[in-house]
Amino acid sequence: MTPPPTNSRKRPEPVQVVKSRRDAALRALVSGVPYIQFLGIRFDRRGDELTAELPFDEKLIGNPLLPALHGGATAAFLEVTAIIELSWTLLWEDMEAGRIDPASLDPLHLPRLPKTIDFTVDYLRSGLPRDAYARARVNRSGRRYASVHVEAWQDNRARLVAQGTGHFLMPPVGLVPGRDD
Amino acid sequence: MDRSEEAKLRVARQFIEAIPHARALGMQLDRLHDGVAEISMPYDLRLVGDPRTGVIHGGAVSALMDTCCGAAVMSHPEAPAGTATIDLRIDYMRAATPGQRITARAACYHVTRTVAFVRATAHDEDDARPVASATGAFTIERPHEGAKP
Repeated sequence: MTPPPTNSRKRPEPVQVVKSRRDAALRALVSGVPYIQFLGIRFDRRGDELTAELPFDEKLIGNPLLPALHGGATAAFLEVTAIIELSWTLLWEDMEAGRIDPASLDPLHLPRLPKTIDFTVDYLRSGLPRDAYARARVNRSGRRYASVHVEAWQDNRARLVAQGTGHFLMPPVGLVPGRDD
Repeated sequence: MDRSEEAKLRVARQFIEAIPHARALGMQLDRLHDGVAEISMPYDLRLVGDPRTGVIHGGAVSALMDTCCGAAVMSHPEAPAGTATIDLRIDYMRAATPGQRITARAACYHVTRTVAFVRATAHDEDDARPVASATGAFTIERPHEGAKP
């Protein structure tokens, strides 16, 4: 027989409260970075899973004759996706544990972002003039370093346009958001 | 630089600056000769990656490096008809100083019939301390050999 619920177990919050808190945290993370806005990258969230979306824009073209996306735009898309995924996993833990209140987050009061140490891009196919998508996976996240893999595709999830691996320097732990030290 | 070199640079400059993504980032071709290219871009608030420090996003530096490496391949004496990036690795050594122009220098140091190997560095106005370095492999597209003249 199941024991009766104890008082120590809190009633789950209403789903809308949880969703709006998580969406606010993601928005704070993404909307404050001018370069992400410049490229037009958006993030779609399902639970803790993020999918980045790069809607096609003329200014992303690198070869007007083919036409094809610029390799640099593809690299930037992968790198942005990797950094946001890594920051998001850090933020998620703090948020879910109640250590950070997303209501207090704005672009100037965010936990520090990880810094890129190196980033390698494999170009697998020419990027077509259409929307692109990317998902990143944190393969290792230590106290000081993290390794993140990211894949980008367009029409077909199985036919990758590019993949990348990056190493990142983790922000120092225990910093109060917004404190500048 | 003699007259024909200058003319070549002018054509290449128009070509690079006509690439929509290069234009969006304000890239400017400063030098191009025998597999060596130099391309720079101005500091731009739209390219900032960390709003608290004003430092340019690594992705924008990647785009500059990629363009510069591609230009170096195209200017190689082997004269490929086209090129595409196979892979590019970028090492970020330090944050570029906000407000300063970023310049990339790339050298295509070896080519085979099908592949070009390129190294590049990026600097801000402090030439002695690179911001980033890169190594990459690029395809070499030959003019259609079966094609009629």
